[in-house]
Amino acid sequence: MALVTIDNVDMRYGGPTGTLAVSGLNLRIERGEFVAVVGPSGCGKSTLMKLTTGLHIPQAGTVIVADQEVTKPVSIVGMAFQNPTMLPWRTTLENILLPLEIVERHRHRLRAHKAEYVAKAEALLETVGLKGFGDKFPWQLSGGMQQRANLCRALIHEPELLMLDEPFGALDAFTREELWCVIRDLHASQDVTIVLVTHDLRESVFLADKVVVMSARPGRVISEHMVPFERPRQLEILYEPAFNDMVQRLHGEIATARAAA
Amino acid sequence: MSNIETVTPQVALPQREPFRINWIRLAPLLYTIGLFVIWEIGVRISGLPHTILPTPSRIFEAIVQYWSPIWKNSLQTLYTTVLGFIIAVVAGLGIGLFIGWSKTIYAGLYPIMIGFNAIPKVALVPILVIWFGIGTVPAVLTAFLISFFPIVVNVATGLATIEPETEDVLRALGAKKLDIMLKVGIPRSMPYFFGSLKVAITLAFVGSVVSETVASNNGLGNMMASAQSNFNVPLVFAGLLMLAVEGIAMYALMAWLEKRMTGWAHRSTMSN
Repeated sequence: MALVTIDNVDMRYGGPTGTLAVSGLNLRIERGEFVAVVGPSGCGKSTLMKLTTGLHIPQAGTVIVADQEVTKPVSIVGMAFQNPTMLPWRTTLENILLPLEIVERHRHRLRAHKAEYVAKAEALLETVGLKGFGDKFPWQLSGGMQQRANLCRALIHEPELLMLDEPFGALDAFTREELWCVIRDLHASQDVTIVLVTHDLRESVFLADKVVVMSARPGRVISEHMVPFERPRQLEILYEPAFNDMVQRLHGEIATARAAA
Repeated sequence: MSNIETVTPQVALPQREPFRINWIRLAPLLYTIGLFVIWEIGVRISGLPHTILPTPSRIFEAIVQYWSPIWKNSLQTLYTTVLGFIIAVVAGLGIGLFIGWSKTIYAGLYPIMIGFNAIPKVALVPILVIWFGIGTVPAVLTAFLISFFPIVVNVATGLATIEPETEDVLRALGAKKLDIMLKVGIPRSMPYFFGSLKVAITLAFVGSVVSETVASNNGLGNMMASAQSNFNVPLVFAGLLMLAVEGIAMYALMAWLEKRMTGWAHRSTMSN
């Protein structure tokens, strides 16, 4: 059974005459899979995220996450956006612990097991290359470091599903490539399913098992591509002809989808 | 928030040269003295009588001469102002949180608040006198009424401008409205709140003095009103000077409090 099944979903904003954001959307995400969603801007990629996490309930069709139909926010997800949204009055470590103060299963044992959770947060910080920065405030960190901390916050409660909405969009090229490797290693080492919404086709091909191309608004899935490259992938792959061919094919498809709009 | 002062700045401060006069630190003092000097010279040259515009030296003389009543009335005004201000802080924080809680309450109460704020508070003093008699109570209430509005607006704004992404992240984890308010909304509105205190405290002085002038037997407002009816203009100016001193002192206290409580907001941009 797939972790996420989106079946023939319509989502319209602003009442019956409002904008149709997605229409006839179908998508299956297997457990442990890394799926990248690409498409022209305004294609409903963010709507897809909100539907999967239960922040929006569709008007038609069903969304099933972990064998349950989504009717309210599902707490097995972690989310990270382009904007790191760290709370400036908390240290980085306290920011990372924030989800534990919310999620039902952790909030009652947080106080008694504080040391255990702090150790876990510190282990995560080390994984993303922020060892020793836990007691710094977010505004003392660079944009790339904040985004690393943001990933830790999304992962601290061990979500089964990690939803990333253009998390590296605001970063410079070098930082972005570094963080690709961080995400790649996280996916390899932890038992987590990742959905990455992105505009960057190289990013999608480098990281994902499956690239999903969406049409212009109203969004639906026009094609799915399995990425054939072996894991673990190194950054050198970015300069191989087969990699660039795939990026180019995707690019062509999206250009066609835009023209059709 | 308590460990905020343990943070050491990352950049080393440039080595300051010894024996160099720090003009920026001295500037407030020098400018104030400069103002009094120009005032003194201007009045002496123009030959204006003390009953129109007294010289600063004459005003200081009046302060020494009438020190006992000035001191007593200054304390009274400080007392009514601070009491009204404290009530405004408590009520403003409460109403601000209430208004910021939901968009409907915000939409419903906002026009009423604006309308209320537009009423000149001096017009309310007679009503307060009818209800509570003259003296301390109307002064406290006028100070409260005039100063609670900026607190309410700022607290409500802080709550109403939570980034949607932050809210999404928390809601996706199953956060209730109360969780979001406690974890994000209230801490986030604190810089707005402490910032508004500086505005509110100066307004509170306006309120209490207006009320004392119209309806009281105590306070600097009353003292200046009776000095004026005796043509004791230096004493009127002495009262004004005391008000300015009290205002500056309370403002400085609020600015210090703001910096201490929400230092993070000065080093980060809220919108990052």
